[in-house]
Amino acid sequence: MKLVFDKGSPGRTGSSLPKMDVPDESRIPQSLRRSTKAELPEASELDVIRHFLLLSRKNFGLDTHFYPLGSCTMKYNPKFHERIAALPGFTLLHPLLPQLRRGGALTQGALEVIYETERLLSNLLGFKQFTMQPLAGAHGELTGVMLIAAHHKAAGETGRKVMLIPDSAHGTNPASAAVAGFETKEIPTDEKGNTDITALKASLDNSVAGIMLTCPNTLGLYDQNTREACNLVHEAGGLAYCDGANLNAIIGRVRPGDLGFDVMHINLHKTFSSPHGGGGPGAGPVGVADKLVPYLPISRVAKRSDGTYALEYNHDNTIGYIAPFYGNFSIILRTYAYLLTLGREGIPRISENAVLSANYVRQKLKNHFDDASRERTCMHECVFSAARQARNNVHAIDIAKALIEKGIHPPTIYFPLIVKEALMIEPTETESRETLDHFIEAMIEIAELAEENPEKFKSFPSTTPVGRLDETAAARNLDIANLAGQQ
Amino acid sequence: MPYIANTDADRAEMLKTVGCGSIEELWKKAGIEEPAPALDEIPPGLSEFEVVSYLFKLASRNATGLVNFLGCGYYDHIIPAAVFEITSRSEFYTAYTPYQPEASQGTLQAIYEYQSAICRLTGMPAANASMYDGGTALFEAMMLAVRATRRRKAVISGSVSPILREMIRCYSSNLKIELKEVSPGDFCSNQKELAAAIDDETACVLMQYPDAFGTIEDLSMLVEQTHSKNALAVCSAYPIALAVLKTPGEMGFDIVTGEGQSLGMPLNFGGPYLGFMAVQRQLLRKMPGRIAGKAFDASGREGFVLTLQAREQHIRRAGATSNICSNENLCALSALAYLSCVGKNGLVEVAELCAAKAAFAREELIKTGKVKAPEDQQFFNEFVVELPSDASEIAGKMIDKGFAAGFPLGRYYKDRKNQLLIAVTEKRTREEIKSFANAMEAVL
Repeated sequence: MKLVFDKGSPGRTGSSLPKMDVPDESRIPQSLRRSTKAELPEASELDVIRHFLLLSRKNFGLDTHFYPLGSCTMKYNPKFHERIAALPGFTLLHPLLPQLRRGGALTQGALEVIYETERLLSNLLGFKQFTMQPLAGAHGELTGVMLIAAHHKAAGETGRKVMLIPDSAHGTNPASAAVAGFETKEIPTDEKGNTDITALKASLDNSVAGIMLTCPNTLGLYDQNTREACNLVHEAGGLAYCDGANLNAIIGRVRPGDLGFDVMHINLHKTFSSPHGGGGPGAGPVGVADKLVPYLPISRVAKRSDGTYALEYNHDNTIGYIAPFYGNFSIILRTYAYLLTLGREGIPRISENAVLSANYVRQKLKNHFDDASRERTCMHECVFSAARQARNNVHAIDIAKALIEKGIHPPTIYFPLIVKEALMIEPTETESRETLDHFIEAMIEIAELAEENPEKFKSFPSTTPVGRLDETAAARNLDIANLAGQQ
Repeated sequence: MPYIANTDADRAEMLKTVGCGSIEELWKKAGIEEPAPALDEIPPGLSEFEVVSYLFKLASRNATGLVNFLGCGYYDHIIPAAVFEITSRSEFYTAYTPYQPEASQGTLQAIYEYQSAICRLTGMPAANASMYDGGTALFEAMMLAVRATRRRKAVISGSVSPILREMIRCYSSNLKIELKEVSPGDFCSNQKELAAAIDDETACVLMQYPDAFGTIEDLSMLVEQTHSKNALAVCSAYPIALAVLKTPGEMGFDIVTGEGQSLGMPLNFGGPYLGFMAVQRQLLRKMPGRIAGKAFDASGREGFVLTLQAREQHIRRAGATSNICSNENLCALSALAYLSCVGKNGLVEVAELCAAKAAFAREELIKTGKVKAPEDQQFFNEFVVELPSDASEIAGKMIDKGFAAGFPLGRYYKDRKNQLLIAVTEKRTREEIKSFANAMEAVL
């Protein structure tokens, strides 16, 4: 399909701008002006709209396709959230307004949204306080490990440089720890799918800053050693971090703060139903236990005794500003709407239904694919291995492409890294049993085809706008921008 | 129960399949022994209608009726409705990271087009798929320079937005990075001192364009001086201004970042926004974040994939170029849709309107006789005025008159208590500007 730059024709315009109603005397000297105009599209509004609507139709989205992408919690995004987020009372609000004198009084509605969402999350997850600032999950991780660093620094324990991370962790965990200046050390997973306690004990000394555990872990299992691991790390002087990417499995049922975690990030675009946006924007608020509250980023939203809301800046031990303002506000707003709608009776139904659906899929598929759940009841996602199919040269990627052929978005593949040929399936609570059955049927057909006609997989997908693309050649012959003759 | 499809009958059948008599039994089998927590502090659920009514009320408690002259890096521009129409397509907004290219050609082509548009605007040859915001993008640019030069000192101009500098200080606090901040001149950077601060340990020099005072200056010479020490020149730029200004690429910068909010994103009380990043070709493989690239299938059909993924955290883990995973993809789509809708000539028109209205506003304020403005300030759409007394007091009084008058610089620069930073966009009319000047005259 043509690029948007190739639509329209020279001189055509789609913009409708106010007329110049002041003297048109530019003060910008010629020496500071660019030599030629930026080569942007010259297209009518219709040209542009048609281009993007046709592009959108080349996507699988959650609204059009079942999307059981493991670890990503692709649940339905309620439509009224989009309407709320588009209200001018929120969208037109300049973030610096409350920093002007008397400006706080003019942003009470927005500050209330942030404060009340923060309180709900703290209660729900068992933490003293949340910062709503982190702009994505990995940004939350970075914030969390920076809080751990600040804690050790304040205690004079500057030698604590090692962050322990299980071998099943998301890649963002070690990457975030590295960005915060930590070294990372890998902790193995035991044969039951829990943190290997013997290996953990052997790794604990006074160089350890903390441990980052995902709860439940990326095998989709509830780590039965969580409390013990937190205790052991605490005894060694470290802190325990919870990666909340999989919170959908336990929301309303287990409070991570009660398990001994000191700090946790959550993904509002996963558990709390804000849209994934094709890869963001998300939001990654971070909750902390008492001892980390002093280090939380500024500004913080506080509620005064008269019921009004205000921004606070004076916290001597804060790590500072991790975002320019108060977080991805419109994502926080959607989360608030979601929590208010579900309420105390609805929230536990999320995890119950998510876990039931994953186990249902697991039960129906476990005779067809190798079960990587270590013979255990899984949580919100089930992990299989395509090792059996791989013997016929049908790999996880081939199974993914066969699913695309059938109009289903594939699960996460090749993750976690400790499972060979991993297929990580997360159905979520918003999908119906008939959708699950349709998926199960498709997976069984694929397993059968892998036995009967493995060659067939090489032709998948054939129903999409393009077939399998040569990624190796793409990386070798890099073309990442059309420069219109520039440079 | 909203958003949960299954009925009690479905659940009963499914529980039977998994061999459990109840949900509680399922929890137990999964290894959860703890009692369910009391959720007394969480209010009971509400209907959609009730939540909408409540949030409408909260929205109305925000004073968005002020005539806005507040900018400081985040600007109140016109956004064509078509931009929202495009980003509201749920095929775009309910998808996730395009790891499966055949099922994501819409997102991937849009990223490629976005990267191309950012290159064309900044005058650079390569761009990534987005960072979180202008501040995180500038920090990532600094770290890119640190990796590329294997040096650990960064020189940063005091004319870089104090908001961005606060963020960079915060992120650098645990890293072995020496941050050398160079105080600005009166209303611009101090190029002489910046050049003097660059030594053989310097990885990069961080600049902003237009700067935190709204000033535009040719930075080509400083870029040359930076290069003479084998350091990299980094520029955080305001993308609307780049429609008319000499591009960072033309000035020789190695890395260009910026806050992309002004490209079709509402102010939204602080986010979501968009960090953009563009680099010279030799830095491309060290760049953080996702990158879309062109690829071909077996029958020669053209498509797009995420490329150079070996730089990223899901492959390289602790050795990745950044920890970023989710970025601001839908905001990047907003930027592309905005740039496509206003188009080549429209974007220049927007920029010319901003610049002319800002110049007019400054003249009108000077005419009151109560406001001083630095005579030699070259600016785009934001400028500094010196008020006779504390600017934050006056901004407070202007709120009562219905104006967000600008940003009092004393909040971040202790020696600038009386200075107000005023931004004017194409939204402001002649009448609004005139009454702004009148109101200012009245409160001074």
